[in-house]
Amino acid sequence: MPQPGPPGQKTSLLVLEGMGFRVGQALGERLPREMLAFREELDVLKFLCKDLWGAVFQKQMDSLRTNHQGTYVLQDSSFPLLVRMGSGLQYLEEAPKFLAFTCGLLRGTLSTLGIKSLVTASVAALPACKFQVVIQRS
Amino acid sequence: MSRQANRGTESKKMSSELFTLTYGALVTQLCKDYENDEDVNKQLDKMGYNIGVRLIEDFLARSNVGKCHDFRETADVIAKVAFKMYLGITPSITNWSPAGDEFSLIMENNPLVDFVELPDSHSSLIYSNLLCGVLRGALEMVQMAVEAKFVQDALKGDGVTEIRMRFIRRIEDNLPVGEE
Repeated sequence: MPQPGPPGQKTSLLVLEGMGFRVGQALGERLPREMLAFREELDVLKFLCKDLWGAVFQKQMDSLRTNHQGTYVLQDSSFPLLVRMGSGLQYLEEAPKFLAFTCGLLRGTLSTLGIKSLVTASVAALPACKFQVVIQRS
Repeated sequence: MSRQANRGTESKKMSSELFTLTYGALVTQLCKDYENDEDVNKQLDKMGYNIGVRLIEDFLARSNVGKCHDFRETADVIAKVAFKMYLGITPSITNWSPAGDEFSLIMENNPLVDFVELPDSHSSLIYSNLLCGVLRGALEMVQMAVEAKFVQDALKGDGVTEIRMRFIRRIEDNLPVGEE
């Protein structure tokens, strides 16, 4: 994923992502077992889009797409952390700072649910953003 | 209990746990970034202040409370409306000074510290110091200079958590939104 901004920013984004990961892990561990009776991988992603997003942002993800080969694209047309920043292209460079934690959060929750993944986010125009989840199979 | 109702409760629980966990992650990271507890405390206060100067607008918009005429009214609004709105708890107000310029907020439980234990190596850490900064920043925006500090902390073995609020002075000048 291209990293705009000075090298220092790369480190801070990693730190934020790491924080989000640990929080996501802990959150996943606290969920009741009945809630996590998933039949398949797609159900887990749906859970993230509906339940996790609902609990964290009081809304659901707008769309979930997949190639059925382990890559998922989650789209939020009005991501709450970006909504108050602006709309359009202003602050595009700043946007990654507000997405890093959430990427980690998704990755951490997936991790507790037994799924190893790589999560990245991209913003074409505020406040819409896409989260890409790529399942890592060993 | 219907699945729908279950979902609502779970969502709320997840949301409050997320809040507690995120705050914990924040404090943990600050402890890594700064060498000593005093610096972390200062940083938490500063961050709280920056949050408070903006939070006040959200609070005023959502709560519809009118102007407070004295510090007693302010205390009531803080405890019964603000704390309830943002932390889901209602601290009690006690220990008014004879001059009516100081009081204590007593919290029986503090949502920021659920499942948190303070290790011995961080005995001077004021874990929830962000709250003091928020109170200071928010009140400054409504023309009140105050001091807020923790005098009892359940995290350190005290029975309750107590924030002492002290009114310093009314701010007369209309300064632009502060940032530290």
